[in-house]
Amino acid sequence: MSEFLSLKNVEKRFPISGKDDYVAVTDVNLEIKKNEIISIIGHSGCGKSTLLNMIAGLDMQSEGSIELNGKKIRGPGPERAVVFQNHSLLPWLTSYQNIEMAVKKVMPELSSIELRARVEKYISMVNLEHAKDKAPGELSGGMKQRVGIARALSINPEVLLMDEPFGALDSLTRANLQEHLMRIQESVKNTVIIITHDIDEAVLLSDRVIMMTNGPDATIGEILEVNLERPRKRVELQHDPEYIRCREAILSFLYEKFAKEDE
Amino acid sequence: MNIDLVKRIVLPLLVLIVIIQVWSGIAHTVEDFPTPSDTYVAAFGGINEFDDEVVGVLSDPFYIENVDDKGIFWQIMESLKRVFGGFALALIIGVPLGLLIGMSKNAQYAFDPFIQIFKPVSPLAWLPLLLFIFQDINLTAISTIFITSIWPIIINTALGVKSVSEDYMNVAKVLQFTPMEKVVQIILPVAIPFIFTGMRLSLAIAWLVIVAAEMLTGGIGIGFWIWDEYNNLAYHNIIIGIIIVGLVGFLLDTIMGLIANYFDYTKKGRA
Repeated sequence: MSEFLSLKNVEKRFPISGKDDYVAVTDVNLEIKKNEIISIIGHSGCGKSTLLNMIAGLDMQSEGSIELNGKKIRGPGPERAVVFQNHSLLPWLTSYQNIEMAVKKVMPELSSIELRARVEKYISMVNLEHAKDKAPGELSGGMKQRVGIARALSINPEVLLMDEPFGALDSLTRANLQEHLMRIQESVKNTVIIITHDIDEAVLLSDRVIMMTNGPDATIGEILEVNLERPRKRVELQHDPEYIRCREAILSFLYEKFAKEDE
Repeated sequence: MNIDLVKRIVLPLLVLIVIIQVWSGIAHTVEDFPTPSDTYVAAFGGINEFDDEVVGVLSDPFYIENVDDKGIFWQIMESLKRVFGGFALALIIGVPLGLLIGMSKNAQYAFDPFIQIFKPVSPLAWLPLLLFIFQDINLTAISTIFITSIWPIIINTALGVKSVSEDYMNVAKVLQFTPMEKVVQIILPVAIPFIFTGMRLSLAIAWLVIVAAEMLTGGIGIGFWIWDEYNNLAYHNIIIGIIIVGLVGFLLDTIMGLIANYFDYTKKGRA
């Protein structure tokens, strides 16, 4: 498959007054293929969110380049939709209006009927028909995040960037949302980058797991290929040798090679 | 019967009785101080302490004798007109300025020192200067109210803009909103409850200030009316004036509060 999203020698420094710059991430080289699902995992402070923000264009790298389809990323754009950790729905709009606002802006050429159809399609994709006229304040955390996912997918992005999308949810809700995401991915086949600190989530969802070393000067430590057939079944996988191998590889990376002792 | 409702009616009545007792006490000690019953007669008409039949101030609030002698309703209307004139002007200038200060660090640096210095100045200190400029009672009163109202509006609008969460702005960035779309779709919805809080504060202070301003400017208006009644030795009317100013102020604040709640998305079960 051709080169789709590529990061070359990416480094991010934050200036600290009176001291040397803080180097959050350095020397990151990564090629991501189309329709690939990638997890980036690491301890807190490893710069994984910084990395995602640079791909999103919300933050600029200090060195190196990030290219999507051979074009340098110079700022945020709807072809790289972001699902934020805290859902970031606008609280004065209903679920429907939150999605509608995004679609309207990115696809101004749609007629009102097409617009309506598109918004409805993505609401039903996350099974939220019953909550479409509710404000985010009336929804549970998991439902809010599902609206967030629907909003991100509704604008037909080339890459879906998810910044610890399920991190703020309880583990049962999180499992539920992972199922939603896998089911949607079966039909949509997006390129997805997920930032996570959950080992099971990383193995369950991804084709490759990028493991980050600890910051400062964090970089890619190891890349793990997850050779599991899709659709994947959470319960069956628990005894699958490949699943166990992947899990142990990440465990060993995070808790032996790059254990964080000050936490 | 709802016990809370009973308390809400009975307890203020008890306090009212105490107030009237204290008032009567003062009236007996201070010479010529109007008693509660004198004041009642002065307000609603009847037989006063000299056995004269009098028409109450509130029995005919709508009379117009001549330009300088009008019923209390017209006095209040005149004051309200000035308050809303100055208030509207403060809104037109204060909200855009507050948006600018909230959105731009440079604008904040530029304007902040002046806001901090002029905000604590009593608007009445400006009054002689404004009177000298305009040579007109109405314009002076309106511009005094303008200066009174503008500070809370600017400050609260700017605060509202600053309380827009970074997350919402990131959504706007990913969707590539234009600056205008950011203002209309993200910043204003967040800032509007703050703007209305500012408006409510402004209106309350404006109503405080107009009474004093009109005492200084003279002419017509509830403030001057109260002062005029002092000069007429009609002390009972001062007390009536105080109560009316209080009631109108309470009404203004209540209406403003209702409007503010209507526009506040957090008060509609959408936190």
